[in-house]
Amino acid sequence: MAKRVGVEVSIAIAEAVKLAQAEIIAAYPITPQTHIVEHLSEIVADGELDAEFIPVESEHAALSTCCGSVAAGARTYTATSSQGLMLMSEVLYVASGMRLPIVMTVANRALSAPISIWNDHQDIMSQRDCGWIQTFAENGQEAVDLTIHAFKVAEDKKVSLPMIVNIDGFTLSHVIEPIELPDQEDVDRYLPPFRPKYRLDPKRPISMGPVGIPEVYTESRMAHDQAIKNAKRWIIKAWDEFEEIFGRRYNPIEQYMAEDAEILLVTMGSISETAMTAVDKMRDDGKKVGLLRIRLWRPFPSIEFRKAAKGAKALAVVDRTLPPGAASGPVASELRNVFYKVPGAPKTFGFIAGLGGRDVTVERFEEIVDKAEFYSKKRPKELYEVIGVREK
Amino acid sequence: MIPEFEKFKGFSAKRLPKEEGLSPGHRGCQGCGEVLALRMVMKALGKDVIVCSATGCMEIITSPYPQSAWNVPWIHVAFENAAAVASGVESALKVLKRKGKLPKKHVDVIAVGGDGATGDIGLQWISGAFERGHDMVYVCLDNEAYMNTGVQRSGCTPYGAMTTTSPPGKKSIGQVTWKKNIPQIMVAHNIPYVATASPAYYLDLMNKVKKAALVKGPAYVHIYSPCPTGWGSRGDKSIEYARLAVETKVFPLYEVIEGNYIISRKITKPKPVSDYLKGQRRFRHLTEENIDYIQKRVDEEYEKILKLSEIN
Repeated sequence: MAKRVGVEVSIAIAEAVKLAQAEIIAAYPITPQTHIVEHLSEIVADGELDAEFIPVESEHAALSTCCGSVAAGARTYTATSSQGLMLMSEVLYVASGMRLPIVMTVANRALSAPISIWNDHQDIMSQRDCGWIQTFAENGQEAVDLTIHAFKVAEDKKVSLPMIVNIDGFTLSHVIEPIELPDQEDVDRYLPPFRPKYRLDPKRPISMGPVGIPEVYTESRMAHDQAIKNAKRWIIKAWDEFEEIFGRRYNPIEQYMAEDAEILLVTMGSISETAMTAVDKMRDDGKKVGLLRIRLWRPFPSIEFRKAAKGAKALAVVDRTLPPGAASGPVASELRNVFYKVPGAPKTFGFIAGLGGRDVTVERFEEIVDKAEFYSKKRPKELYEVIGVREK
Repeated sequence: MIPEFEKFKGFSAKRLPKEEGLSPGHRGCQGCGEVLALRMVMKALGKDVIVCSATGCMEIITSPYPQSAWNVPWIHVAFENAAAVASGVESALKVLKRKGKLPKKHVDVIAVGGDGATGDIGLQWISGAFERGHDMVYVCLDNEAYMNTGVQRSGCTPYGAMTTTSPPGKKSIGQVTWKKNIPQIMVAHNIPYVATASPAYYLDLMNKVKKAALVKGPAYVHIYSPCPTGWGSRGDKSIEYARLAVETKVFPLYEVIEGNYIISRKITKPKPVSDYLKGQRRFRHLTEENIDYIQKRVDEEYEKILKLSEIN
């Protein structure tokens, strides 16, 4: 029986990678990802995991090394944050375009300048379109479960795409939580060995990463788009199987008090837990408020959103990035597209909060809901609003 | 001495491997000295090899999908990171063999890049891979500029050369800096094997590549690769220029085995550098004074290598 232990979330993620029996870990240190890879290097040094830990000289090299190792047929893991993810950016697109099933944890952190080690979602949103499957964890248990799930989905021959599990830097990566670490037997039952369809093998030579001339480039990009959209089915199926073995259920969008809600908050990551507390409080006050938490960010669960938001008057979308000069935050933009000209669709209001480590408290969520309620009667002047700005 | 070298007798003109890792029919320019050198590299390595290419001429001409000139497993990820990709491949083979998932048979892991991919944009990735000690060979095919993008200068462009970003003008000679010494940078990593080679001395080239593959740990081979398109030289003169570069001491051939320098071809009666420079459009604008300076510096640089070889 799996044990529930008090453990730092980063350590638990490292243990999940061990349970998944990763064979290659190539990583470069960056706060707040460091504890994950430090613990993995210990696990490998102690012989608890038969893997190669490759202490590369940069994040770009980390992901490049991962491309080589997964192409050669080894189960491959890396982790990064913020500036590191930005340095990887070039290879992120190559890895997904080449359909290389790498699993990566991104401990989400703000971007420079000014330099900030604290949490928001600017890093991952800058890589929104990198073609990886992307999920978000809200707590330590989810971080563990989604890591194991990621190997299963990414390496599935029907998917064969790299996958990012997002965890909030510090607010998730550095907290100690009660976490149930699954038994090795159960993980082995859930996660089959990595048997890629294609790999670099002198017995059966193939060429990987060729030139895409104009006659094939469009079709190649379309195939990638189709692959990630089709992946949704296998992502959900892998969650079904996860529930059967481990008893915990995951969905592309997680709903909380959403059924009869007039106003729906939309969040991602660890602030969702605060948002639930805020919803409880507002429900006690008699407000018909609910919450939709985005678990699956790429492929975007458009149909699931239309279903989940049915009947609501307004969506109060919380973005944790401020893209300068954009019409609005990426999540709000996405949802405006999803609901554009859908009969009876809720109005979408964009809020930006929790940048560079600023807390998003229960009171802030109340403020957001109040504003959304007001704006649903009187149209706002702007497409988004920044919440929690200092007055002095 | 490297124990792996003892059994290796060397290639001979009569005993050249029949296998071709690289097929004909690729899209290389006429007279390309680089692809010729690459063919020799692949011949020396045989079948049990995985090649990781940097972006560049050799990658472009060999892999326009759905065609491929590669008869061996080949991967291209990006421009600067071939050494990191090779690190990943090598480590994967290591762990998969250890876990019994792959047969124990040795497979050579090779990274290939041009002078830009090696000495400029990719230097860090190679440095990292060499410092970590991966069992791999890095082959630099040095044609002395960014040819794939249209002949822009690199750190390996020779002094005085005209490129599209080092044009000679009223206030400039062309390339104003001396060629960056990449093999010496690699030697500084304390790797067991570093060599320079030229397609004009094909047996020497193949022997060096084979030795680089045999040695345990990182090895580096820097191959001089004439580029008629970029140099403005005749396509049928590529091998001649490759030979002249050696005979004029412009490109000395040597090995550095566990830190010891061995000159492969001692040049006792050097030809003047002007013999090498003439006939190449990239040097056409140089004055006699310029050529005198180049001659002086070439002699000095050669002396340095010679002195290093005398330390042994």
